[in-house]
Amino acid sequence: MKGLKKKIDNVKPHFEKGGKFEKLHSVFDGFYTFLFTPNETSKSGVHIHDSNDSKRTMTTVIIALLPCVLFGMWNIGLQHNLAVGDPDRAFFRMFFYGFFAVLPQILTAYIVGLGIEFVVAQIRGHEIQEGFLVSGILIPMICPVDTPCWMLAVAVAFAVIFAKEVFGGTGYNFLNVALVTRAFLFFAYPSKMSGDNVFVSLGNQLPVDGFSGATPLGQLAASSGEAQVLGVTGDPLTLTDMFFGFYPGSWGETSTFCILIGMVILLVTGIASWRIILSAGVGGFLMGLLAHHFAMDLYPVTYLTPFEQMSLGGFAFAVVFMATDPVTSCRTETGKYIYGFLVGVIAILIRCYNTGYPEGAMLSVLLMNCFAPLIDYIVVNSNINRRLKRAIIKEQ
Amino acid sequence: MPEKIKIKRGLDIPLSGKPSSEVSEDTTTVMYAIYPDDFPGPVWKAVVKPGDEVKAGDALLADKITGTIKLVSPVGGMVKEINRGERRHINYVSVEAGKAVATPPEMKISTDKEGIENLLQSTGLWAMMRQRPYDIVPQTGVTPRDIFVTAFDSSPLAGDIIIREDYPSLEKGLEVLSKLTTGKVYLGVRQSQGITSKVAEVVEVEGPHPAGNVGPQIASIRPVNKGETVWTTDAETVVRIGKLFEKGVIDFHTIVAVTGPEVKDPHIVKTIVGASVKGILKGFTESEEGVRIISGNVLTGVKVNIDGYLHYPYRQITVIEEGDQADEFMGWASMNPGKFSVKRNFPAFLRGLSKPFDFDARIKGGKRAMILSGEYDKVFPFDIYPEYLLKAIMAKDIDRMEKLGIYEVAPEDFALPEFVDTSKQELQKTVREGLDYLRKELS
Repeated sequence: MKGLKKKIDNVKPHFEKGGKFEKLHSVFDGFYTFLFTPNETSKSGVHIHDSNDSKRTMTTVIIALLPCVLFGMWNIGLQHNLAVGDPDRAFFRMFFYGFFAVLPQILTAYIVGLGIEFVVAQIRGHEIQEGFLVSGILIPMICPVDTPCWMLAVAVAFAVIFAKEVFGGTGYNFLNVALVTRAFLFFAYPSKMSGDNVFVSLGNQLPVDGFSGATPLGQLAASSGEAQVLGVTGDPLTLTDMFFGFYPGSWGETSTFCILIGMVILLVTGIASWRIILSAGVGGFLMGLLAHHFAMDLYPVTYLTPFEQMSLGGFAFAVVFMATDPVTSCRTETGKYIYGFLVGVIAILIRCYNTGYPEGAMLSVLLMNCFAPLIDYIVVNSNINRRLKRAIIKEQ
Repeated sequence: MPEKIKIKRGLDIPLSGKPSSEVSEDTTTVMYAIYPDDFPGPVWKAVVKPGDEVKAGDALLADKITGTIKLVSPVGGMVKEINRGERRHINYVSVEAGKAVATPPEMKISTDKEGIENLLQSTGLWAMMRQRPYDIVPQTGVTPRDIFVTAFDSSPLAGDIIIREDYPSLEKGLEVLSKLTTGKVYLGVRQSQGITSKVAEVVEVEGPHPAGNVGPQIASIRPVNKGETVWTTDAETVVRIGKLFEKGVIDFHTIVAVTGPEVKDPHIVKTIVGASVKGILKGFTESEEGVRIISGNVLTGVKVNIDGYLHYPYRQITVIEEGDQADEFMGWASMNPGKFSVKRNFPAFLRGLSKPFDFDARIKGGKRAMILSGEYDKVFPFDIYPEYLLKAIMAKDIDRMEKLGIYEVAPEDFALPEFVDTSKQELQKTVREGLDYLRKELS
């Protein structure tokens, strides 16, 4: 490694101010710090530092996402084979079908998003920030498998520029970048983002008789009363199927089981807030319970039990990976309980009572992102008032 | 029964190089120095010239405004150098100890408030105390609401502040201090120390660092409000005050813990305040190459080179690896079990985080905006939102700083947040700048 380091150090002057490739300084710096941890030692304050840094944090989140990514790819293959009546259930053939189906989207998201990050870092003279490493994988995971790459590229560019960079970059945005991308797609290209034909990759093959590509929540939203949720071939889905994720949907978020593995990783490492996850789970469950108790034909989704609510759609994924985004959620510990609880309640509320949107998790998190600063404001203000009161009592 | 408080939010950093209880005496050191920057607040001017003969307890520096607060020579001898930096700022005043370390004449002891204040100011003991707000040497003419004394040091690898033989002097010192405040004198102790007092309110403090810092103790006992002033100091200074009022002499002897992963046989050294680092470190290190010598602990101490001196108020020298030649390949993916993190995303958490680690001085990452939330709160035992206070300081918003509790904190209270910070920001520096800015604007 010493040799490599030496070689890179030799070309380094070209990328510094006044060098030939001055304009690529941020890019060079990004790759350099990726390869070699900076030797910079502390100049003021504490002399030793905790080993965790931004890069490690983001890497941990990506590792937590891996079970969902791998399962999602396999499930794309499975749903495809079910839909076209292919009896082949070989693990790797299904996995690689899914892998190649989503690879272009993953690449598009990273190239467009990181490209913008690189340019902005260079203009501002900052180091490249790692935030998009997570957003870049999250974005394809919450989109339908057949999302055209050009749409994705437009949406990513919109989200990175207008939801993040205009506010100052990672750490200053108030909306979750991945969800803004998803919301942009949802509202700009509704025909490609919902319905029966986008969540299962058919790959130019004809589906079998009785095929329905609608997601479970999509089916329910379209029904007119208590209905059974069906898989792609028309067989009813059990709670086990829902929990493990053997149904069509945005490919990264169907398996609650894999999401729970990711949750354990995030909680054990201490990266995500257990307060948000817990209170969102409680909020979603209570709202599900309430809706189920007052189930009615007008709102067919209310017939789902709370466990089914939490196993289906993007709820679990949004709670574990979106609501816990530290930058856009509440930053005070008290605020996190309130924020999480409301994310859970509103997600199920929208899902049940707004038949226009089959899924409410995305809108719920985005809505609460907007309210997070207000919740924090109230929490911090109560601290301020406590302090003022203390001083007044003393004066008397 | 003494009152008990429990500090929950904190962290004992498992740094290797804990000192043994063995004590050796430093008898060879001849060079001593006082750094005026260790006594923030007043502007100091030198009152001696190089070549002047001084006795232990004679003033070397005095504050420019009143001239009554002094910094004194810890030993008798000859003033060697007044080292100046940019714009004639005094870095340090060094004294070469004479052959016979001259004992100072006995001092006139008064027992009224004014007499005590004058005596403390002229003997340099006043400057060894601090006031909150601003964490500076106490301003004259202000009577503190309360005085807070800590009798133990909880920072990484720190030794004892006070030995059992000095308990009577401590009591005497507390009695003297109690005459300077209209309120109470509080003494924060560990239960194991077995300290009792008739004049002070003894408070037993439990929990990890920063339990030994006065900041969290004040926050749990009686927080500082706007318009109030409290004084803070440690038991060592109070013992000195006690001895001064008992025997009429000032004793500048101190015990220094020589610690850290790069020290062989870490133990305690008996020496005098301001002793040269070279003298203290003799026999402890093999080479000064690639190491960082810290006068103090790793959280708040001052980096010195081998020709430097012991900084006040530290009773500790820590030597760690500098690490600037490490060239670590893809450190963010490292599975090295020797890397400590309070986040459990390094394999070290499997082997147990309480086993000692060899830290080096690297920052281990790039500086970022605040990303993770709640990190600071976990090691910050105050009823304050540190992140919001820091943002108010950065924005220079005085009104908000006051509302969020800036009067209650000192830079040292932000040392642990700075250590755990994933975004690698310089928090103690920010707080110091904020306090200085506030003092300048409000004076």
